[in-house]
Amino acid sequence: MLARPGLPGFEYVKASTPAEVHQLMQQEGVRLMMGGTDLLVQMREGTIRPRVVVDVKHLPGMREVEFDEGQGLTIGAAVTMNQLAQHPAVQTSCPALAQAAHSVASYQVRNRATLGGNLCNASPCADTGPAMVALDAAMVLRGSKGQREVPAERFFLGPGRTALQPDEFLTAIRIPPPPAGAASCYLKLGRSRSGDLALVGVAVVGFPDGTESGYRFRVALGSVAPVPLRVPAAEKVLAYDPPGEESFAAAAGKAMDAAAPISDVRAGAAYQRMMVRVLTLRALRQVWSTLGEGR
Amino acid sequence: MHSITVTVNGSPEYLTVPPNMTLLRMLREVLALTGTKNGCEAGECGACTVLLDGQPVNSCLTLAVEADGRQVTTVEGLAEDGQLSALQEAFVELNAVQCGFCTPGMLVSAHALLARNPRPTEQEIKEAMLGNLCRCTGYLRIVGAVQAAADAAADAGGAA
Repeated sequence: MLARPGLPGFEYVKASTPAEVHQLMQQEGVRLMMGGTDLLVQMREGTIRPRVVVDVKHLPGMREVEFDEGQGLTIGAAVTMNQLAQHPAVQTSCPALAQAAHSVASYQVRNRATLGGNLCNASPCADTGPAMVALDAAMVLRGSKGQREVPAERFFLGPGRTALQPDEFLTAIRIPPPPAGAASCYLKLGRSRSGDLALVGVAVVGFPDGTESGYRFRVALGSVAPVPLRVPAAEKVLAYDPPGEESFAAAAGKAMDAAAPISDVRAGAAYQRMMVRVLTLRALRQVWSTLGEGR
Repeated sequence: MHSITVTVNGSPEYLTVPPNMTLLRMLREVLALTGTKNGCEAGECGACTVLLDGQPVNSCLTLAVEADGRQVTTVEGLAEDGQLSALQEAFVELNAVQCGFCTPGMLVSAHALLARNPRPTEQEIKEAMLGNLCRCTGYLRIVGAVQAAADAAADAGGAA
């Protein structure tokens, strides 16, 4: 016998064209589904009760990863976490994203959970959020009247809230080609070594540039604010001061100052803030060491 | 209701399923394949793990209708011609089973791991199986059994 009641009733539609999705989205009570790893859990808990579930993962291009030297990566919204973690072009050009995807939940969940789902759910602790922000990604949103691109930094508005308009859905994520000689990483702290939700996530991208220090770094934090948080104050330190322990420590301090976590069942805010400093420092060292291989 | 064709453990099945039926319920309640267990229904415990086109997934988080046109392998499909697989034998041999509730999911996850990585390290086994919880504290024996099955396959294959 079932331990819990089954899923409440709904209608299921497997969409094959974007036009079909837009038509369905005009109705009340429609939710889009890809991997279902968040959606079905929320439906079972009764937090959402859609009348129609539209499966959009079979739309053209939704499950494909394309890499082009000039355009960079175009990742279909329904590409799974395991696809991302194992994709050679993602591993090579955006290690931070491959690592973030690999850090999500368990292997069997990663076979279903999608990048687009992780982003559209807009959980503050989503692992791919900080990677998107640090990698300067753009969200491709398809509306009933056309398509627009929104930078990752402007996509997240708050817990569970995004820039998606009622007639729009996420079809792809574009990541520009990495600057020459770039390195990146994503470091995560959970209650266990693997598989847990992030208490803190830190994504860092670094590359040679015409700054005072000769380098530019992008630093983004997850799980310590309502949205993935870019830390301009840390990036400024790293653009001026020569890379090394001193500037990394100063930048990590700025990241800690920027973090605004809340205490919850998984960790206290003070602990999370301190761990932001530790993980940022480690991430900067790691990116710097990778940059060193090409210096 | 949706009419679907799904191959389960090699046999084609023609079924009519409601949209809110999960793959887990379809296997257990329609096909009476009760080896696949219903634990948390939230993707945490892995007791419901099955292979969908060869890849492990949580069948509690997959709709039956999504399995249309695809291949499903459950724990019942791991044995061949009534003979336990080497992995299943290793679980028996090394007492990697206590209450047994997590065992089907453990076997399916470990089977998939060995298919993609025939010589996993201990850490790789733990990583690959962290989505399968055992509440009888049997992890040491479970990891040992997966390792033993990998070693046995390597010996049989003449590898180092």
